Amino acid sequence: MTPYQKWIAFHTIYIKEVRRFMRIWVQTIVPPAITIVLYFIIFGEIIGTRIGPMEGYNYTQFVAPGLVMLAVINSAYANVVSSFFGAKFQRSLEELLISPTPNYIILHGYVLGGVTRSILVGGVAAVIALFFTDLSIQYWGIMIVVLLLTATLFALLGFINAVYARTFDDVTVIPTFVITPLIYLGGIFYSINLLPELWQKISLLNPILYMVNTFRYGTLGISDINVLWALTMIGVFICITYIYALHLLRTSKKLRQ
Amino acid sequence: MHPALSINGLRKVYANGVEAIKGIDLEVAQRDFFALLGPNGAGKSTTIGIINSLIRKTAGTIDIFGISIDEDFARAKLNIGVMPQEFNFNAFERTMDIVVTQAGYYGIPHSVATERAEHDLKLMGLWEKRHTRAIALSGGMKRRLMIARSIVHRPKLLILDEPTAGVDIDLRRLLWELLRTLNSEGTTIILTTHYLEEAEHLCRNVAIIDHGTIIQNTSIRELLKLLQREVFVMDLISPLVKTEDWSYGDAQIHIVDSNTLKVNTHRDQSLNDIFNHLNENGIQVSSMRPQSNRLEELFLSLTRSDPP
Repeated sequence: MTPYQKWIAFHTIYIKEVRRFMRIWVQTIVPPAITIVLYFIIFGEIIGTRIGPMEGYNYTQFVAPGLVMLAVINSAYANVVSSFFGAKFQRSLEELLISPTPNYIILHGYVLGGVTRSILVGGVAAVIALFFTDLSIQYWGIMIVVLLLTATLFALLGFINAVYARTFDDVTVIPTFVITPLIYLGGIFYSINLLPELWQKISLLNPILYMVNTFRYGTLGISDINVLWALTMIGVFICITYIYALHLLRTSKKLRQ
Repeated sequence: MHPALSINGLRKVYANGVEAIKGIDLEVAQRDFFALLGPNGAGKSTTIGIINSLIRKTAGTIDIFGISIDEDFARAKLNIGVMPQEFNFNAFERTMDIVVTQAGYYGIPHSVATERAEHDLKLMGLWEKRHTRAIALSGGMKRRLMIARSIVHRPKLLILDEPTAGVDIDLRRLLWELLRTLNSEGTTIILTTHYLEEAEHLCRNVAIIDHGTIIQNTSIRELLKLLQREVFVMDLISPLVKTEDWSYGDAQIHIVDSNTLKVNTHRDQSLNDIFNHLNENGIQVSSMRPQSNRLEELFLSLTRSDPP
């Protein structure tokens, strides 16, 4: 394929992905928005007012960046895992696999689709946050970069999950038993400085902590960890998952016998 | 001129140790209408799967119009269109989108894809349904949509896996006409089917695959010459007086009921002689038909043996 043909193939996959999640916007855009509203009402307004300031911000302001990241992570992952597994399950993926479209174009198309949905949902979450609290962005560049990197990483992880999944249960196992606990223990609702020293060290093993804190640094200017180190770690994770996803596309017996 | 498809020494051993393809050689000429026949589990789908890259081969070589799939599979794939037996489109997408998206996978610009999709959907009688989600189409319409999708990138080699499975007679005839037209316009077609009448009707050449090996690879005409005996069913004008089966020359005549005979005859036996014999015995035939398709008879005789 010529570079132009590859571009068309990539654009086709990407538009198909966007069309898919926009077609079912009630399932893809609305639920995270409702979840975020509930978080702000319960943790921000009802419980948050009794907690008091954290790291110099009121509790609603403190949790707002984490809640945006929560929406971004879940949406990026869910979009790719459900779309790619759905295509595999319905066997419509076969038409893509038998086409001359290179594997990396397939991966890029699906990942960018997931990133797009997650940014859209993240934007909705940010708008909702503004109804509950004031947010003055400290570092736009860092905020945007970490948002995109996080969305890319979880879109890649969703892709890998989808390749391995045999049933719809397999699609929900990782989000339920791995990602959700990591998110809740990733410093969305608290600063790890509040934890005993041992738990602080254990928390540092959680990759989501780096993403949430870097995003919080971009929005509020505060972080429990070194931002440059966090960005480097996210970049390394992306490289590893990208190479592995491509490897699976090339070799997985779950796609080609 | 390179053949449309050239397979040499193709083998496939699955991870569970099953050897599905045992070193087959096959050549399909450009513009041919070729039937790949075989019983269930013979290796047809595995062979097609390897050609379209959904199954990895264990050994052997495959060239598509002279392009080795090992050297440049992407370029080889540009020439192939595949219509699988099972519906495998996204049921929630619109008919038009399914076809245009498929074209996009082959790097065809959207404007060209839209024009072709319009042409192909009109050809398949689906233009009025272009905004309908695939899930709402009838079985026959879905089948036509599968064909429209498989030809939108104008493949030079079209592989059809049971294209008329489960469709009514009218649609089958319509699809036959469409396939004949595509073939006459230069598309090489490889067809797998369980309707042997279809293969006999459409195809010029045939390969029969059984237990992972090709047991026949010739023209339909040559293949039919292998058929030594044929069975005809004859309807009679008036009821028979005879009550027991009898023979005439090499033909065995079996009484099905008082108004029907079944005549098993050698292919060299003159049917005129048989009619004369019946006439001499006061038996008048009103109509006659083969008991089953000739190719079907032959296919059964070639593949009937139990697996070793």
